[in-house]
This record gives sequence, C-alpha cells and structure tokens, in this order.
Amino acid sequence: MVVDCPETEAELAERIAAAAGPLAINGGGTQGVTVDGNPVSTRAMAGLELYEPGALTMVARAGTPVVEIADALARENQQLAFEPRDLRGLTGTSGEPTIGGVFATNTSGPRRVQAGAARDFLLGIRFVDGAGQVAKNGGRVMKNVTGYDLVKLMAGAHGTLGVLTEVSFKVLPKPECTGVVRIVGLADDRAVAAMSRALGSPYDVTGAAHLMGGADGAAVTLIRVEGFAESVRYRAGELQKRLSEYGESTVETDAELAAAAWKRVRDVEPFHDRLGAVWRISVKPTDAPAVLARLQPDGAVLDWGGGLIWALVPDGRDVRAAMNGIAGHATLIRGTGFPRFQPEPGPVAALSAGLRAQFDPRGILNPGLMG
Amino acid sequence: MEMPTPDPAVLSKKAQLIDRLLTVLPEDAVIHDVMETRVYECDALTAYKCPPLLAVLPATTQEVSDVLKICHDMSVPVVPRGSGTSLAGGALPTADSVILGVARMNAVLETDYENRVIRVQSGRTNLSVSGAVEEEDFFYAPDPSSQLACAIAGNIAMNSGGAHCLKYGVTTNNLLGVTMVLMDGTVVEIGGAHLDSAGLDLLGVVCGSEGQLGVVTEATLRILHKPEGARPVLMGFKSNEVAGACVSDIIKSGILPVAIEFMDRPCIRACEAFAGAGYPDCEALLIVEVEGSEAEIASQLSKITDIARRHDPVELREAQDAEEAARIWLGRKSAFGAMGQINDYMCLDGTIPVSSLPFVLRRIGELSKQFGIAVGNVFHAGDGNMHPLILFDANKPGDLETCEAFGAEVLKLCVEAGGCLTGEHGVGVEKRDLMMHQYTETDLAAQVAVKDVFDPNWLLNPAKVFPLAITETRRAPPVAAE
Ligand SMILES: Cc1cc2nc3c(=O)[nH]c(=O)nc-3n(C[C@H](O)[C@H](O)[C@H](O)COP(=O)(O)OP(=O)(O)OC[C@H]3O[C@@H](n4cnc5c(N)ncnc54)[C@H](O)[C@@H]3O)c2cc1C
Repeated sequence: MVVDCPETEAELAERIAAAAGPLAINGGGTQGVTVDGNPVSTRAMAGLELYEPGALTMVARAGTPVVEIADALARENQQLAFEPRDLRGLTGTSGEPTIGGVFATNTSGPRRVQAGAARDFLLGIRFVDGAGQVAKNGGRVMKNVTGYDLVKLMAGAHGTLGVLTEVSFKVLPKPECTGVVRIVGLADDRAVAAMSRALGSPYDVTGAAHLMGGADGAAVTLIRVEGFAESVRYRAGELQKRLSEYGESTVETDAELAAAAWKRVRDVEPFHDRLGAVWRISVKPTDAPAVLARLQPDGAVLDWGGGLIWALVPDGRDVRAAMNGIAGHATLIRGTGFPRFQPEPGPVAALSAGLRAQFDPRGILNPGLMG
Repeated sequence: MEMPTPDPAVLSKKAQLIDRLLTVLPEDAVIHDVMETRVYECDALTAYKCPPLLAVLPATTQEVSDVLKICHDMSVPVVPRGSGTSLAGGALPTADSVILGVARMNAVLETDYENRVIRVQSGRTNLSVSGAVEEEDFFYAPDPSSQLACAIAGNIAMNSGGAHCLKYGVTTNNLLGVTMVLMDGTVVEIGGAHLDSAGLDLLGVVCGSEGQLGVVTEATLRILHKPEGARPVLMGFKSNEVAGACVSDIIKSGILPVAIEFMDRPCIRACEAFAGAGYPDCEALLIVEVEGSEAEIASQLSKITDIARRHDPVELREAQDAEEAARIWLGRKSAFGAMGQINDYMCLDGTIPVSSLPFVLRRIGELSKQFGIAVGNVFHAGDGNMHPLILFDANKPGDLETCEAFGAEVLKLCVEAGGCLTGEHGVGVEKRDLMMHQYTETDLAAQVAVKDVFDPNWLLNPAKVFPLAITETRRAPPVAAE
C-alpha cells in the first residue's frame, strides 16, 4: 500500500480532516504495530528546529530520525538520557526510528529507573487531532504547569489521540565514564533482590538488569553506574561490597564493552533470532520472580531492576491470564492471538474511551489499537 | 479578578445539603457555621477571599465518594483542598461551593523499600512523607519550599517542584499511582507500584490538573535513598549576565548539580538584612549544590569553581562544614520571609529558557521602573524557573492592581522569551485570564475536552485554570432537576 507522507503539519492536518476512513499512523514503522487503515507516516516532516546545549533543550519535527538527533547531541557530548529502545531487531522491521515515534510510544530504556522515561523528558508538543485540528501543549522550558499536561497524555498514546508533528525535549550531558558491576549465575529471585539492594543504595545506579540463564548460557546480572571516572570507580567498588552476599562480582569499565552490554538489554537482543512471542510485562520488581515462575518462559530479560520483564513464550500463550492477581500489565510486542495492549479495568477504560472520543471523534486514528 | 456569580439555587439548598451530608459523614466533619467556614475562605493567595457554602473533612475514600455523589446529585460545585498553600488561588472557594478538605486523610498506608515506593493518603504533608522513610535513610524528592505545610494532594494537583528538581524532577516524575474519586463518586485506580501505564497515561494528565478532574485520596510515590552527602558553593558576580553565562557553562560541562539557585541584588540585600547570612554585596549570586561522597563532592565543586573563576566572581565560598552549608542556604530559604518584611508581595513563577535569563532580568528591571514598583528575583536558575517577588502595599488603594498589572507584563515577557506563565505554582485564578497569551483557543479547547470527560457537568473547581469566557456555557447550571 502506498504510504502517505505529508511534508508539513498543515498538509497532514488537511489529510486527516479529509480522511474518509481509518488511518494507520506511523513514524519509521519500526515497532511492529499493525492496524487497519491507510498508512500515513510522519517521516517527511523531519529536521531539527532548535538546539540549545546550554539549556539542555532540543526541538525537532516528529519525523526526524533518531540517529540524526543522537548525532547532533553527540557533537555536544549530550544524549537522550532515557535511552530509547531500537526494536527493529525484535520486531523484524527495517524502517528508520523517528523521534515522534519514540515519544508517541514512550519507549524508554534501562536508564528509566534513574533518569525517567521518555514522557519525563518531553517538554512540549504540536499535534494534529482526529478532526484535523492543530494544537500545541507545553513548551520548551524545563518546568511548565500552565494548564493541563497533554504532553504526558500524548506520550504513550500511540497516535490514537493525535499525530505528533513537533516535539521539544530535554537532553542531558553524556556521562564521562560507565562502570558495570556483573554477577554471574544468580537465580531470578536472588537477582531481583540484588538489584533492589543496588537501586536502594546512595550510589545513583543508572541501570539494573538481569538476563535469565538457559540454553544461551548462565544468568548475568548487571548494575550500572555513570559519571566522572573517579566517581564511577568509587561507586562500583561500594556496590561490590554491598552486593558481596550475592557472590563474586566483576567490574567492567571498558566503554565499548559496557555500551554493548547495555545495548543488548535495551534492544532485547537475546530474543532477536529466537522464535516465539515476545511480551513486555510491567510489574513492581519484587513480583517479577512470581511472574517468571508462573510463565516458565523460554527466555527472559529483566530490566528496571525487575520492574520490566521481556518474556519469550510460545505464540498463543495467554500471559495475561497467567499474571492474574499480580498488579501490572502485559503488552504483546511480537506474536498473535491477543490485543497488543492489556484491556483496562472498567472505570479507567471508560475515561480512556472518553478521551479518544474527544480527540478523535470519528475514531480514525489507529482505530482499535488501544481499545 | 472576576469569579462567577454564586448560583442562588445552590445557596438555597444549604440546609438540605447539610442534612444529606450528615447521613454519610460524622457531625464534626461537616463545617457549616458561617464563622467556621471562614477558615477556608482563601489559600496563600490572600488577596482573594470568599467563604464557601460549607466545608467537609472526610476521612476515607468511601466518604469522599459519598460526598461527591451527593454534591453531584444536587449540582453543587466542589473545591478540593489540601493544606491551602496554593499561591495561585487554586483552593479559593466560591460562595456556592463545598470545600472538600483531605487534611484528615494523612496516613502512611505502605512503605516498600525493596520496590522504592510509599503509599500515602493524600492529605499527608510533603515533609512527613520523607519523615516516614527517614529511618532507612530514604526520602521523597520533590521539595517545595512550603513542604512543612503543603499536602501531597496539592502537590499532585499543582505538579509542584522544589529547589532540588533539577536533578530529581517535579511531582509528575515521582508519582506512580493514585486513587481518585470522580465527581460522580466513581473511584478509579490509576497506575500503581509499576513504572508505566497499560494504556493512555491518565496519571500524567491528572497530575497538574488543579483539582478539576477528580479528588485524589491516595498516592503511590517513588522514594530514593539519600545521597551520602551534599554541599553548596556560593558565588557572587558583577552582573546578572555574567551569572547567567556561568549557569549555562556549568550545565554544559556535564556536571548535574542538584540545585542552582539565583538571587539578584534587591533580593540579596533584603535577605541579608533579614537573615544576616553573610552574603556579599553584589549584583547576582548563585548557590550551586552537589551531592555524593566527600571525594565526589570535592571534585565536582572544584570543577564548578573552575568554571566560575572564568567569570570573574566577586566571591566564591565553598561550604567547609554543615554549619557553613546551612548559612549559605539560610538567606535563600528566608527570601520569601525577607521580602515579606519589606511589604506585601506577589510571587510569580514564569519559566524561561535559561539562555534568555539576562534579557528577561533586564526587562523586569525596566518594567519595575515603569510601574514604580519594587521587585526582587530569586529563582531556580538551572531550569529557568523565575520567582519575581513583586512588592506592594495591600493597604494602599490601587497598589494591588498596579502590582497585578506589572505581574501580568512580566508573565507575558516570559512567554515572549519562549517560556511559560507558570513553572510550578499553577494557574488557579491568578493566571487564568492570561492563558490566551500562551495558548490559542484550539490549544485550550484540547485541555477543556479532557475536563469534559472526567467531569462532564463542570462541578469540580470549575472557575479555575481557563478564562471564564471559554468555560461559561459548560459551567452554566443545568436546568433544575428537582
Ligand atoms: C511560602 C510558600 C512557598 C512555596 N514554595 C513552593 C515551591 O517551592 N514549589 C512549588 O511548586 N510550590 C510552592 N508553593 C505553592 C504551594 O505550596 C504548592 O502549590 C502546593 O503543592 C499546594 O499544596 P496544598 O496542599 O497546600 O494545596 P491547596 O492549596 O490546598 O490546593 C492546591 C490545589 O490543589 C487542589 N487539590 C487539593 N487537594 C486535592 C485533592 N485531594 N484532589 C485533587 N485536587 C486537590 C486544589 O483544588 C487546588 O487547586 C509555595 C507556597 C508558599 C505559601
């Protein structure tokens, strides 16, 4: 099907206003989402509008490729601190991830536990709603409570309330150094306990992940600290002491090796060339071992100290039913047989449906995707 | 400032309303004596006062739900209230409204160090949330200066910030879940101890909605382990421009201080006279605080002072011990009190891009001369959150109006500079009529649409946030059902 790629916000607004049926909204189309409708992509609305390194802010059009943004930031030694995940390997897609797509899906990597999620960095938006009206919310300053925070509402709305056309966001300096404390062979419950201990320390841990053991090899638990070299050395050392009851640990400070290890977690690389359905499960960390015990997955990557579980299970397995009674939710990232998003309890679902009806009265933006 | 005319139909239902409320609340939780309702006539924006029809102090989520159902049934507007420290008039009642105070709901429901969350009832004060986890050396990060008094309920409604939010974020970045009661009495659970939502981020739009979407009764908050230590450095500069450039250089250097506070000359002088903190007599002063172990603090401070030295500082004072650190913060922390000694003041909190600090400060100085009204600036410079304290004399006829006109010009200036009307205090009634300077009618319609979903009859805190003209048809009392 021909993908419609409007080049300006006005053009997009016209196109949406004139649409006769459902539209499938995407950026680079890398998240593996399929909905019925004429495909509309934001990718032709690209380019940086503003970058002020001294104010830690950037404004970009929604279709700007994430790599372009990362490159511009790297030249000033800055970065997107929430570490957006690149899900291409997992979803088997080949497009170019866009910054609008990153924010529309609130995709946040390992540093979410310390720095916050994509939604926490998004400062302002422009968007076109389902009636083709253009609106803005927020701005480009770090603190803004002027009216309702539609910025947060749109982040993670997956295009169902409006199509983002411009995003302004906070960026942060790249840390000088990274240190990774690594423990091998921990059982899931011990790993979660170790990660809780690290995250509950004063050492400003910026990542805590656990790759479950199995056919691929032994389990590995990773705790990350970042900052100036002497500080990283000190904190990693203190963490090793704190975690001594969990067995031998080593510290990796080689920049490339550390980056590769966290990219593996971020992009869920262990599942890239394995068959099966992939679920993304969000729970409180101490519930993670119980979830794994019930699911008996073929593979699991625990991020966010156990608060985020990537589970590989046979296609068709009802993960939500298995989680019954455990607070949290499961999203089907790759696989079939279930809606992508977990249905919400009645009163919340009613509010969400009400919002969709307000922002997209004709129900044409990614219809059915979120309920 | 205009408030809607009280609805006579509601006023005439007072006795009936009391009777019904007494069927769901104990007697001491329904306050209707005209003298006693005066306690609730205003918040910290004391320029505006109006006693409510009555006030209720429920003790449980169920009671809140029962109260709201009754008010919904009888079409009575409800104004939620935490501790009443809003600087924007967010908790200001109208004569035909019921104040719903959550002060009796202040329990800690669960502390969970392993998952680093605490669940509290929303009437609990900000500082006592940290207090509840202090024994394990944990704390709740957002720290508004009013933290001794303000409630988590108000913090959530206003998305409040504090001096340390440069590193730790504001309320919305530290809030994981709420129990909230909608105006029709429906209880909703949004979020929880996990880090993101299953569907739309409703929590994100509830936080900062100024009591217009629902009454928050419980909250799950992130708690953190305290850093090993913290220490400030004080730096004086020859001009606001130079201090502004120094802020920007520090931020660019890769150091992330937990706080960068800025004071200009009028404010420095007032604080010095009031608190005697030993501040230098200079044009602009920065307090920069860093955290970590002793060695980490020393190394970060040395990097920061190196940067400061390139800006030819008139003073550079690193705290050597806890007492000196306290003295450095003393002046800053007493800034509001100090300005209050001089006169009545209005505190604005427009936010601007850090890069336009010098320009905006210069313009504020010019406006101050033009209006003949004094102003001192003290603010969170790391994130551009200004706090101009505009002095006026409440007893002098016309002074408040001049002060408000001056304030409006300052806020418009913030918007023109690429910023916004309010960075942490909220819109309330104070900035309601300036909203069209920042947003178009379509922009505001998108926000109004959210309230239409949560509170279709516009009974919750209806006269706030949006210019009255925009919401008039929605607020119009429905044709009497009884
Ligand atoms: C001296 C001083 C210093 C201050 N410093 C700061 C600062 O550093 N940073 C900052 O951000 N603010 C600051 N403030 C402003 C104020 O303290 C905050 O806005 C605070 O969050 C208000 O909390 P409260 O409990 O007093 O709320 P209230 O004043 O009672 O109410 C504020 C708003 O919240 C709504 N509300 C209250 N309870 C509920 C509920 N249960 N459910 C839904 N809505 C509700 C009200 O309707 C109202 O709109 C300061 C105020 C003062 C007086």
